[in-house]
Amino acid sequence: MTSVTATLSTVATAPVKPKKPSPLTYTRYELLRTFRNKRFMLFSLAFPLLLFFLVAGPNRHQKLGGINFATYYMVGMLSWGSMAAVIAGGARIAQERSVGWHRQLRITPLPVRTYFATKILSGYALASLSIVLLYAAGISMGVHLSAVHWLELTGYVLVALVPFAVTGIVLGHLLTIDSMGPALGGITSLFAILGGAWGPLASGGFLGTAVKWLPSYWLVKAGQTVVGGSAWPAQAWIVIGIWTAVSIRLAVRVYRHDTQRV
Amino acid sequence: MTFVMPDSSRPRLVGSAGEAHDRGMQPTYSPPRAGISLTGLEKSFGPVHAVRGIDLDIAPGETVAILGPNGAGKSTTIDMVLGLSRPDRGEVALFGMNPTDAVAAGAIGGMLQTGSLIGQLTIRELVRLTASLYPNPHGVDEALALTGLADIADRRTEKLSGGQTQRVRFATAIVADPELLVLDEPTVALDVEGRHAFWSAMRNFARDGKTVIFATHYLEEADAFADRIVLMAQGRIVADGTSTEIKARVGMKSIRATLPNAPMDKVSALAGVATAEQHGDAVILTCTDSDTALRGLLAAYPDAHDIEVLGANLEAAFLALTGDPVDNLITQEALQ
Repeated sequence: MTSVTATLSTVATAPVKPKKPSPLTYTRYELLRTFRNKRFMLFSLAFPLLLFFLVAGPNRHQKLGGINFATYYMVGMLSWGSMAAVIAGGARIAQERSVGWHRQLRITPLPVRTYFATKILSGYALASLSIVLLYAAGISMGVHLSAVHWLELTGYVLVALVPFAVTGIVLGHLLTIDSMGPALGGITSLFAILGGAWGPLASGGFLGTAVKWLPSYWLVKAGQTVVGGSAWPAQAWIVIGIWTAVSIRLAVRVYRHDTQRV
Repeated sequence: MTFVMPDSSRPRLVGSAGEAHDRGMQPTYSPPRAGISLTGLEKSFGPVHAVRGIDLDIAPGETVAILGPNGAGKSTTIDMVLGLSRPDRGEVALFGMNPTDAVAAGAIGGMLQTGSLIGQLTIRELVRLTASLYPNPHGVDEALALTGLADIADRRTEKLSGGQTQRVRFATAIVADPELLVLDEPTVALDVEGRHAFWSAMRNFARDGKTVIFATHYLEEADAFADRIVLMAQGRIVADGTSTEIKARVGMKSIRATLPNAPMDKVSALAGVATAEQHGDAVILTCTDSDTALRGLLAAYPDAHDIEVLGANLEAAFLALTGDPVDNLITQEALQ
């Protein structure tokens, strides 16, 4: 190991001005890590697509809730798929914690804000891929939307995903790597079912009213209202806003407390 | 050298920056506030009183080993220095800042005890990622060269041996070019060759006048690489001094010999003997100089037989220094 004899003093004497570190490198490598994790990618993207083809395929000439079945199901599956993707993006923190990376990062000058933003961004990167794939699948099954509707659909879905992206971070700091699989599967399925992503729930009654306070309800509705032509009501913004605020507070809290060895 | 007895009621500062200066380790004197200062640190985890009052001043440029058995409170102390854990009582000042501010300023680099590497990156990418977080890092290539990783820098972090992983962790710690480098049992996963490479890289780093604190439970490591050794046991500092001083104290060998009806007062007065105990027909001499003691013993008592010279036992030395009954909880921790 002759290279060990190299010394840092030559570098140290070079006149270097202290500069504010740029978060770009960290963010770039985090994204790279997300896309290099092939198995994680495959499972995050495959199931919504698979379910879409299995269910929408045979029923593509039907109508559901007054909407073309394929369109309805594409919106449902993209809500579920993108939601699962943003949550999983944050929940990967559990894996980093298992190797002590959360403690290592904590003794670097990385600002908490950059850390959160990067985690949310990598979740969104994966969700975007899921959305694009489902659009392609939808188009192949005869989904027809105007350019404005495609854009509106995308915009509303991306907004409605914010609380889930933050929830992913919360889960990543709370869960261990062992509990992650079942917890994520359960939580995303529950949000999806109650939100109506897998099929319409009976409206009215206690459940019908209660689910309207779930962000996943409005995530699914975001798509349906766009393709059905009606606007997103004020309640949607309020619910998304509340869930976002609460999940951010929780995320900050669990992050602060999560300094111990796992 | 100052020995702080564990039961001393008032906290004393040991090994101040002034002492370091006197020993000629720090050619340009810096006031203690410019270095690292721990005052009255205490930390408990439930019933386990892990750290029980640590006072320590470290001058800039010092390389200090925190030596102690498992469960001595080394890692807990280091976590508090790094701001990863908040002391129940007491204060940590790093270059006049609290740990959070010192970390935010990029003044701290660390290699924590537990830990592996995050995956999906090559060694070079991971070191570059870490460098990018600091305001004034070293060159990535230099850090890789210094840690002997240049040849395998494009290998994925998931595919490394324990020794390589440890070197990558060291590379990420030094690429930050921190003022204070904190290493918690850095060579724990390394073989002899790996240790050698690790410490020669460390020496190059320390040569730049950086402050280094490392925890270890190997006396040899502390002896070879630290200017100063702080001995911890049961959550307290039990001794603090140069490696020679500490080694003389905890590196004591003992002689065991069968010598029926030995006059203990005379035996314990032999040159080179610190203490003597009688166990049935056997005597056990704890020695500051075992060679001299053995010669004296045989000259005075030619009938002594079944003689054994036992090497320095760090754990035993710690127990001797901390006095009697070992805290049960700490023992349980040490056993794990």
